[in-house]
Amino acid sequence: MNIHEYQARELLAKAGIPVPPGIVAATAAEARRAMERLGVPKVVVKAQVHAGGRGKAGGVKLAESPAQAEQLAGQILGMTIKALTVTRVLVVPATDIASEAYVGVVVDRASRAPVVMVSPAGGIDIEEVAARTPEKIFRQTVDTRYGLLPHQAMALAFRLYDDVAKVRQAADILQKLYRAFVDAGASLAEINPLVATPAGAVVALDAKVVVDDNELERRPDIAALRDVAVENPAEVEARGASLTYIKLDGNVGCCVNGAGLAMATMDLVKYYGGEPANFLDIGGSSNPDKVVTALKIITADPKVKAILFNIFGGITRCDDVANGIVTATRKFAVDRPIIIRLTGTNEREAVRILEGVGMRALTDMDAAVEQAVQVAKGGAAA
Amino acid sequence: MSIFVNQDTRLVVQGITGRDGSFHARQMLAYGTKVVAGVTPGKGGQTFEGAVPIFNTVAEAVERTGANTSVIYVPARFAADAIFEAADAGVALIVCISEGVPVLDMTRAYPYVAGKGARLIGPNCPGLITPGVAKVGIIPGQICAPGPVGVVSRSGTLTYEVVYQLTRAGLGQTTCVGIGGDPIIGTSFIDCLTAFEADPATRAVVMIGEIGGTDEQNAAEFVATRMHKPVVGFIAGQTAPPGRRMGHAGAIISGSSGTAAEKMAAFERAGIAVMKRPADVVPLVKQRL
Repeated sequence: MNIHEYQARELLAKAGIPVPPGIVAATAAEARRAMERLGVPKVVVKAQVHAGGRGKAGGVKLAESPAQAEQLAGQILGMTIKALTVTRVLVVPATDIASEAYVGVVVDRASRAPVVMVSPAGGIDIEEVAARTPEKIFRQTVDTRYGLLPHQAMALAFRLYDDVAKVRQAADILQKLYRAFVDAGASLAEINPLVATPAGAVVALDAKVVVDDNELERRPDIAALRDVAVENPAEVEARGASLTYIKLDGNVGCCVNGAGLAMATMDLVKYYGGEPANFLDIGGSSNPDKVVTALKIITADPKVKAILFNIFGGITRCDDVANGIVTATRKFAVDRPIIIRLTGTNEREAVRILEGVGMRALTDMDAAVEQAVQVAKGGAAA
Repeated sequence: MSIFVNQDTRLVVQGITGRDGSFHARQMLAYGTKVVAGVTPGKGGQTFEGAVPIFNTVAEAVERTGANTSVIYVPARFAADAIFEAADAGVALIVCISEGVPVLDMTRAYPYVAGKGARLIGPNCPGLITPGVAKVGIIPGQICAPGPVGVVSRSGTLTYEVVYQLTRAGLGQTTCVGIGGDPIIGTSFIDCLTAFEADPATRAVVMIGEIGGTDEQNAAEFVATRMHKPVVGFIAGQTAPPGRRMGHAGAIISGSSGTAAEKMAAFERAGIAVMKRPADVVPLVKQRL
């Protein structure tokens, strides 16, 4: 789960990391009042969206008066950055910058452990640094039993600064960042940039935290940070029904059990010259209700011209899926052709259920996908 | 022959009285797997299906029945502790089916299991099956058949699809292993490839990967430098958009890394025959047997 910068800043501030004050505003007038309350000569107005590259997109602006803050916030609010609409801005005092660094904690698959990464080349996309100048990134694998040890934090901090006063501040921040990462159940926590001011203070100017979805059940305080307003409504509805749905741009609606098979089905749509409209995994034990919700979500996408079911019954019973399809067609108008492939557990019962309402089922994945692509293109009806 | 699971497998089912655990315990028994014990705290002394003794702890189950393999069907929030418990009881192979285990839990559980010298498969995996001998997990037995092909995969139902196509074409399997779709898993592609390379009955290997991470690239490097047996590979997620988690916690393209194109290129460089779609598995394996 992604959270906003202002939420991530609060998590880090709670962990004791120095974070400059900031005020969230949902309207231009609020942005003006925010600057007045901060009482500083210059502020930065920052778009709050779950996307990188906000600066390049014009979502981060410097204001030198409350009137200008209001005007700039008015421009930023409502703008779209990477298909996401900005509904809030963060107003923060402009900080004088002597140097910018990157610090982050991420779960590393290869070492099966958290890794703390630092780079003196901060302020820009860390993946760019990794690609262009990998020698400027320094890592420390953390044993979760002991956490980030003080000497490890110091050694990393010495990669960022020569001045020992700054090194001590940075080492302290690193240890607190690691603890915040663990406490939030995060898969990523980063500060970019970590800034040294001309006065010698080290502060977090930006913050990004990504939370492991599997942690949310036992961390209601973190789960409450979810901002459904910035998510695709269909994806929110799907999550409520324990489905995983991701909207794409094509016209073949896909409904599949299992994430790997769902991806392979999308790929096969492309292989036969079509474009998938979505990723949709109905999960392992799919009761008919889930299938009804899935069909509702897929048919709500006006771009969809054909709906493809690809079910390999294991835990999932094919008859459950067939019952769901039939129930859905009775509950609301499914006005797009449905192409069904199912095989595995209770396949015969499923075929009987579908034939009872005049529907057909295929057993071969390639045949079904090819047919769905043709139908979506306006070819032969299913 | 086979890898990890064979006629000597003596299985304890953790969570045997739960909804998933009981269903799959019956399936495993019906397949002929030696399910020697079940564990549900508080239900020790009872019997499952009139045949399998239930214990309160894994330690007791191991002591009384000689179980050497465990399969875990407990809810995700209890899964890490179930793994610790199996490792403490001296179980050699621990297969965790549970989905939704927090990744930070796995950063603790994995080194613990490794420290005890045990092998963990999963979590969030379908388990493994040695056709005709034993199945541990949830892979449907009827789609598999004994034969010379080893299968290793990060996925569940996509594995079934590929195995089903192999079986229909008369290409049976030594062992099919689903290693799981999470960022941190106990057994990697390389672990399975190493075992298949050493297994005299395995004559070819099918490796099914997906977007996210670099496990497939590392596996390709291993195939190029250390394997003599032919390998056929597939990567799911060629049409996946970057930055979105495609169902599996590990299936996410971050920036420019972890893409299907990158992984397929690594396969090709390593001499792995790349499937463009699941149905390609049959001709590609046939050519190499």
